[in-house]
Formats: sequence, C-alpha cells, structure tokens
Amino acid sequence: MDDETIVCRCEDITYQEVVDTVDEGYTTLDEIKRKLRCGMGPCQGRTCMRLIARIIKEKTGRHLDEILMPASRPPEKPVPLGIFASYEVGSKNARNCKRSEQFRSIFGGKDE
Amino acid sequence: MRGIVSEANNSEAFSEAKMSDVAVIGGGINGCALAYELAKKGVNATVFEKGYLGSGATGRCGGGIRQQFDTEDNIRLVMESVKIFEKMEKELGYDIEYDQGGYLVLAHSDEEKERFKKNVELQRSMGLGVNFLEKEEIKELCPILDVDGAKAVGATFCQTDGHANPFRVTEAYAKNAERLGAEIKTFTEVKGIKKEKRFEIITEKEKMFADVVVNAAGCYSKQIAEMVGVKLPNKPYRHEILATESLKPVLKPMIISFMDGIYFCQHKTGQIVGGIGNPDEPSGINTESSFWFLEKMASTITRYIPSFKNLNVLRQWAGMYDVTPDARPILGKTNVKNFFVVCGFSGHGFMVAPVTAKLMSELIVDGKTSMPIDNLSIERFKKGVIRKEGAVVG
Ligand SMILES: Cc1cc2nc3c(=O)[nH]c(=O)nc-3n(C[C@H](O)[C@H](O)[C@H](O)COP(=O)(O)OP(=O)(O)OC[C@H]3O[C@@H](n4cnc5c(N)ncnc54)[C@H](O)[C@@H]3O)c2cc1C
Ligand code: FES
Repeated sequence: MDDETIVCRCEDITYQEVVDTVDEGYTTLDEIKRKLRCGMGPCQGRTCMRLIARIIKEKTGRHLDEILMPASRPPEKPVPLGIFASYEVGSKNARNCKRSEQFRSIFGGKDE
Repeated sequence: MRGIVSEANNSEAFSEAKMSDVAVIGGGINGCALAYELAKKGVNATVFEKGYLGSGATGRCGGGIRQQFDTEDNIRLVMESVKIFEKMEKELGYDIEYDQGGYLVLAHSDEEKERFKKNVELQRSMGLGVNFLEKEEIKELCPILDVDGAKAVGATFCQTDGHANPFRVTEAYAKNAERLGAEIKTFTEVKGIKKEKRFEIITEKEKMFADVVVNAAGCYSKQIAEMVGVKLPNKPYRHEILATESLKPVLKPMIISFMDGIYFCQHKTGQIVGGIGNPDEPSGINTESSFWFLEKMASTITRYIPSFKNLNVLRQWAGMYDVTPDARPILGKTNVKNFFVVCGFSGHGFMVAPVTAKLMSELIVDGKTSMPIDNLSIERFKKGVIRKEGAVVG
C-alpha cells in the first residue's frame, strides 16, 4: 500500500493517516475509530477494520486477534428506524420502508 | 497545598518512587480537564486511566451542553461552562465540533408548561437567554418536528445550548495538559491506594506517591473511594444511545423531553445521535446493547419526526451514568484529607466538566473557589435535606 491508498472508503481515510495516528500513540481500533471516524461509515467497518488492524499489527507487533476485539455495536447492517418502530407497534407493514426519491431529495443519504 | 508539597519534598523515605503533586484517577473528560487546569496553575498532575482516554462514559456520551436546568447550581455551572466552551477552540487549539444550535425542551402537559414557565423565570433572572414557546412557535422554529406527533403543548428554547464532540474535547484537554507538564498514563489501572503521610498509588506496573488524590473515575468512583475508606452514595446505571447515517443539515436544535426521556440532535458530521432512558433499568455496570432500546428509540423518534422512519441506524452502544440520590455531582473534599472527589455526574458530566475542572483546581491549589460549590459537597447527604434536580433525561 502506498501513502495515499484509501483504507476506509466510507470516511475517506488514507493509509498514511492511519499510520500517523498509530505513531501518535493511538494503538487500539476503538481509539483510531474515534479519532479518524474510520469504521463509522455506512459499512460499519466491514471493509476497513481488518486493514486498519493490519496496520496496527505492522507498527506494534501485537497479534491480530488481540487487536480485533472492539465492542460490537449492533445493528450489524444499516436498518431504517421505521422497521424497529413498527416492530413495537406490531404493524405487519413493518418492512415496507423503502426510501422515496422525495426522502432522498430532502435528506440526502446514500443507499447501500 | 503548596505547604504539603514542600513538606513532602523534605522527606527522603520516598525518594526511590516517583512523586506527583496530584494523582488524578480517571482519564475521562473530568480527569483530563482537571489535569489541564492544574497544569495551568503550575501543579504537576498525573492522570491514571485504565483504558484509553475517553473509554468510560465520556467517549460514549451524546455531547449535549444544556443550561436549562431547574436548580440554580446546575444552571450556574453550565452557564459558566458555556463561556469556556465558546472560547475553547482558541484556547486549546482544537476543532471540538462545537455547535450552538440550541436546545428545544418539550412540555407535554399543562402542569409541565407551568413548571417550565417558572424555570424560564429563574433562568432569565440569572441572565440566560431562554424563551417559552407556544405550539405555533415550536413549528416555526423547528418545522421538521411533528408537534402533534410528539404530543407537545409548549416548549422552552435556549439558543446558546448546544453540543460538542466529547472525544475531541477530552483529547484537546489531555494534549494541552501534557504540553504544560502533566503526565497521562493510559492503560494503567489503579489497583489500590494507601494513605500514610502521602498517598501511595498502586498499579500493576509501578507505585507512585502523591500529595493529593482526585477521584474522577466515573461509574467506578465508588470503588476508588472505598480504597481509602470513603463511602459514596453513587449508583451506576446503563444508558443507551444510537447514531444514524449522515444527512444534510436538517435539524438545528437538540430536542429533548423529560416525559419521554428522549434526546436527539444532528451532529456536525450529519448523523442523528440520540438516546432514551429506560425507567426500569436496574443498577449495575453493563454496556451491552438491547433490542428494547432500539424499538423504544425508533418508535419515539419517528413519532417526533415521521420522515426519520426511512433513516438508517448505523450503530447503537451503551455507557454508564454515575448517579447520585439528587442527580447532582459530588465535588470537593472528603473526610480523608487531600482525597477529593469529582464524580456523580448523573448523565450531565460532559457539559459541566470545563467549569468543575476549573473550580476543583482552585480548591486544590488555592483552598477556595471562585464560585460556591458547598451545595455539591458530599456532606449534603448527611444532612438529609437534598434538593433533587428535576430536569433530567433518562
Ligand atoms: C449514553 C450516554 C449519553 C450521555 N449524554 C450526555 C450529554 O449529552 N451531555 C452530558 O453532559 N453528559 C452526558 N452523559 C454523561 C457523561 O458522559 C458523563 O457524565 C461524563 O462523561 C463523565 O465524565 P468523567 O470523566 O467524570 O467519567 P468517565 O468518562 O466515565 O471517566 C472515568 C474514567 O475512569 C477510568 N477508571 C475507572 N476506574 C479506574 C481505575 N481503577 N484506574 C484507572 N482508571 C479508572 C475509566 O476507564 C474511565 O475512562 C452521557 C452518558 C451516557 C452514558
Ligand atoms: S470503509 Fe470504513 S467504515 Fe466503511
């Protein structure tokens, strides 16, 4: 990987930024997440966390297993609030929460 | 305290171990801010943090900063804090993502409306820019909110309330404290404290001596106090929170309701972040996420803002409130000389940290504070007459 390689696509974080952060003394996934926001995008780190863990491993020599133990933050996949909301009121239409064009024009937001 | 330090320096018995003027236990916002304020006064502090900085309640909190309380102490504390937050980016040289979008506090009944009007009167008499809003005015201020869905009959609004990024604020304080000579030890758990002439702080890695110890250990403050025989009435309660995907700016104020126990706002990053309290939550340390919370939060927030039903939840997490019997912090001295407490923040310890750190540094170094904090001393629980803060969420 070279310096400008993007390791976290969702939040646009480069290899060099992660290396600099580890050099600054942040050597856990939780800290790097909070510092750079990588792992907090729509994919919730599924794409980038292992890459970042590998950078930490390279720089600190610690084991991958030990590095890859951040607290789980369910839900595992982005799910619209409406699904959980209707879940409580017991509506059978709970899963009918597709985003309209209108929603996107007001709020922006990316579909997966 | 200067006296104690010089006396300590004359003794040779401890020369082999390291010395610090003040040992601060806990590297959350309160411990880090205090280390900075002490360093500014030329006092050498060492912060002990068992995880990383902000790994306790601080890094999990909503970052809300609200002056609209109903006890004078709390109002005054946060008003002073806001003055510090307003200058913080300059003073600490950090982008803390501070946003004064205001807090909109919803009233749901005539009884609440009357109480809020009284609060506004008190707050205004103290110089706070806050207004009572009728239903129509709420709609004007926050068109995205469904006032009927939220069952709001009135509200109060204070424009200078807002929020900031707790991790950034903690880091800003910590880096500046270090720059001024403080030492910050992360991944260093305090295992015991011995009180002899001085305090001996015991960790896995080393021992350290200090003249003064400050307990800023959040929901572990009770255990830390027990190490020197001080009893605290605090109890830990889990509190859950979630974040959605990022949106364009759609929501200016933080919206809160004491009746529903909900609060949410849009952060500068575009995410909607908010939580809701569970009145049946048992006391105990627990940072698991629950499905109950997800359902409750989703059904309430979509009632307030129906278009949010299409909004994706990205993550949910939990943190601990360190709760006192009157929902107000415990600040100051204890019956063990030179052992101070800064804890019991009960769900609003981020917003007051800048000012409490300042006051505690004054108390520790000068022996007196520029604002009275006697009402917040641990002694109040012995007297038996406590005034509970009513304006709390969750
Ligand atoms: C979900 C949630 C939302 C919240 N929202 C808000 C909000 O909007 N506004 C607001 O003002 N407040 C809010 N709060 C409350 C706020 O987070 C806390 O009051 C505040 O962060 C307390 O900071 P602290 O530094 O006192 O404690 P903490 O941040 O808990 O720090 C204490 C530290 O001590 C460390 N520690 C404990 N024991 C030891 C030991 N033996 N040795 C070494 N270190 C030790 C812990 O690891 C921890 O990092 C919220 C809290 C939660 C949980
Ligand atoms: S790639 Fe990092 S959060 Fe998606």
